[in-house]
Amino acid sequence: MSGTRTLVVHCPDWPVLASDPAPTAAVIVVRANRVVAASMAAREAGIEVGLKRRESQRRCPSVQVVDHDPGRDARAFEPVASSLDAVTPGIEVARPGTLAFGTRGPGRYFGGDEPLAERVGWMVSGALGGRWPVRVGIADGSFAALLAAHRAHRRGRSSIVVPPAATPAFLASYPVGTLLEVMEIPDLVDVWQRLGLRTLGHLADLPRADVSARFGRPGVAAHRLASGLDLRPLSARRPAPDLAVTQDLDPPVDRVDRAAFVAKTMADALHARLEADGLACTQVLVEATTEHGETLGRQWRHEGALTAGALADRVRWQLDGWLTGASSSRPTAAIARLALVPVEVVAARGRQLGFWGGETLIDERVWRAVARVQGQLGAGAVTVPEVRGGRSPADRVVRVPVAAVDLAEARPAARLASVVEPWPGQVPAPAPATVLDEPELVGVVDVDGRPVTVSGRAELSGAPAELARVGRPSMALASWAGPWPVDERWWDPVRHRRRARFQVVDQQGTAHLLFVEAGRWWLEATYD
Amino acid sequence: MFDTGPVAVPAPDLAALRQLGDRIRPLSAAAERTLPVPPAFADLIPQGGLVRGSTITTSGSAATSLALALAGPATAAGSWCAVVGLAHLGLLAAAELGVALERTLLIADPGPQEWAATVAALLDAVEVVLVQPGHRLTPTVQRRLVARARDRGSVLIGAGGRTEVWAEQPDLSVGSGRSTWEGVGVGHGRLRARRVEVAVAGRRGAVRPRTTELWLPGPDGQIAVAPSVARAAPAVAPAPLLDAG
Repeated sequence: MSGTRTLVVHCPDWPVLASDPAPTAAVIVVRANRVVAASMAAREAGIEVGLKRRESQRRCPSVQVVDHDPGRDARAFEPVASSLDAVTPGIEVARPGTLAFGTRGPGRYFGGDEPLAERVGWMVSGALGGRWPVRVGIADGSFAALLAAHRAHRRGRSSIVVPPAATPAFLASYPVGTLLEVMEIPDLVDVWQRLGLRTLGHLADLPRADVSARFGRPGVAAHRLASGLDLRPLSARRPAPDLAVTQDLDPPVDRVDRAAFVAKTMADALHARLEADGLACTQVLVEATTEHGETLGRQWRHEGALTAGALADRVRWQLDGWLTGASSSRPTAAIARLALVPVEVVAARGRQLGFWGGETLIDERVWRAVARVQGQLGAGAVTVPEVRGGRSPADRVVRVPVAAVDLAEARPAARLASVVEPWPGQVPAPAPATVLDEPELVGVVDVDGRPVTVSGRAELSGAPAELARVGRPSMALASWAGPWPVDERWWDPVRHRRRARFQVVDQQGTAHLLFVEAGRWWLEATYD
Repeated sequence: MFDTGPVAVPAPDLAALRQLGDRIRPLSAAAERTLPVPPAFADLIPQGGLVRGSTITTSGSAATSLALALAGPATAAGSWCAVVGLAHLGLLAAAELGVALERTLLIADPGPQEWAATVAALLDAVEVVLVQPGHRLTPTVQRRLVARARDRGSVLIGAGGRTEVWAEQPDLSVGSGRSTWEGVGVGHGRLRARRVEVAVAGRRGAVRPRTTELWLPGPDGQIAVAPSVARAAPAVAPAPLLDAG
């Protein structure tokens, strides 16, 4: 008994490729201040996945930093997935950048595993315009095939085919930490490492019953993977057809946000239906049909069980990719029907609400509200704050699209304490309550009515006495402090900032944060 | 057969009666119907907290800071907060005044057409909604939003802006008078602390405005009641809370 022969196509560092960088540029994709993907040039400079943003910029000052956008990743991956629709209908997308399918049919058609791998690599490369590396791995089981694709990338080969029945030997030498790529079990992996089970071979050698007794269900799943079997437990079965959720959209929808909102309600309904039967969904088929009868069906697989929010996200990605994709594959009419069909279900283990920081009822309502507001105003309308390092109040907390974060998770990047690095020259507390995103040009004059200038040595031409703003009467200044000169990023011709900051308080008691740059005065913030 | 003499009735045990009264009082205590506010505001606000379903507006020189200070403890206790519009909100100041940024949603200005629908959708799900309507609200719209807030137990806070956009008087108006910043001299020092006179008036309960001087923020960064400094000049009257017209 061994896993189904699977082919995995893996585009390394897909989030970087999705942002369409210059081929030799050093680019990193950052999520919650940590690097999730890095380009070749960035890796050569010493940047690795998991580093903090600041650390990466220290290792490579000219690196381009891009915020993580899962929607963009999925949208960009859709043409890749659809290019393989001609080869086989059973394509499963695990996450943007990686897809898998069984090789039984296509293997026979193309005359073997090696020709199939070559052909698939060539097709995907073509879909990407030949610019980016594509790695293909074939082995028994999708986990082994993924590792084969990774090994191909490390060795600089376009594909690696593990011969049938050689998969356990192939997996044996990998460390147990590689299981973290497909399963969320950091604690189990830690325990195994401390017990001396350092490789997958060690884990696979243990008797299954003992693993089950000691480590429970996740342990058994990991044991299956380590032995070269599929993760799908034998209890997985095709669910009854009446569990699918279909919705006719009237009027037909051509905007992704409206469709995504409908998808969210459908995902909730599907989730509820499955829960009532004690099931959870691990693979789902999302099918969209337009008025002219064009369909796009895509299977999404998830390592754990798909939550309603994750399901709605995948629907949005798929529709986004379809509706905004290449004109040759774009539908010619609006979407008239959406169907969510669970393809594979497992017995649900029940949901723990808010126990170890998981989902809580409150977060469900918030998700729904976010989806609704996005449906009304567009996906970019909802943002969340994220704390970054910086000197000015505008730099220190920025707005990040809500699609790029997981609201249910604890987000350390949203806490002030997450930035521990010192920033000399930072505007001290208390922070102003009103911060302009574009500074306002103002005029500051001294008692004689002459504009106040600041020399290169931070010497003032006169004491600031009056602040003039467009559309408001001039205010006399009761007190002021400064100049506090700051010269930021002097090595970067584009983002160089040379300012002298001032705090002023006018006669009415309102305080402002001003700065002088290139001889002109600007209002940065008001202490409201 | 029956006693016909006077019957001795035992004197009522007041303590026992009080205990019985406590037991039959309605089960939802006022405390559960309010969201927490900073301790410095507890004396100013009649119910000791933000009553769920109420509308609060802040105005004056420290309007935004007051709105953030009022929303802070509720978010710290686990409630979610949504900010509609207010593109220039100082998020760092929000964090310093106690707002939990990991439970804050920021929504771009929806425009007059979608404003009511957006705010209503948010009142459904989050417990504190901060707004600054850029257009005048009709009484119908305001009443519908208030009804939605009352139904869901959320609180609507209008942070600054023009007070005449509100068609009906809010449940609580928090106005700030003159601010005095400490720490900045003429050419030296830096802003350290602010004293501001805060006046709270409302529809229910406190008809007469209650006024206190607060540190917002104080020298240690906290919001506290500032001991009043003896002034030679008469006390400064707070800015008008709502325009009459």
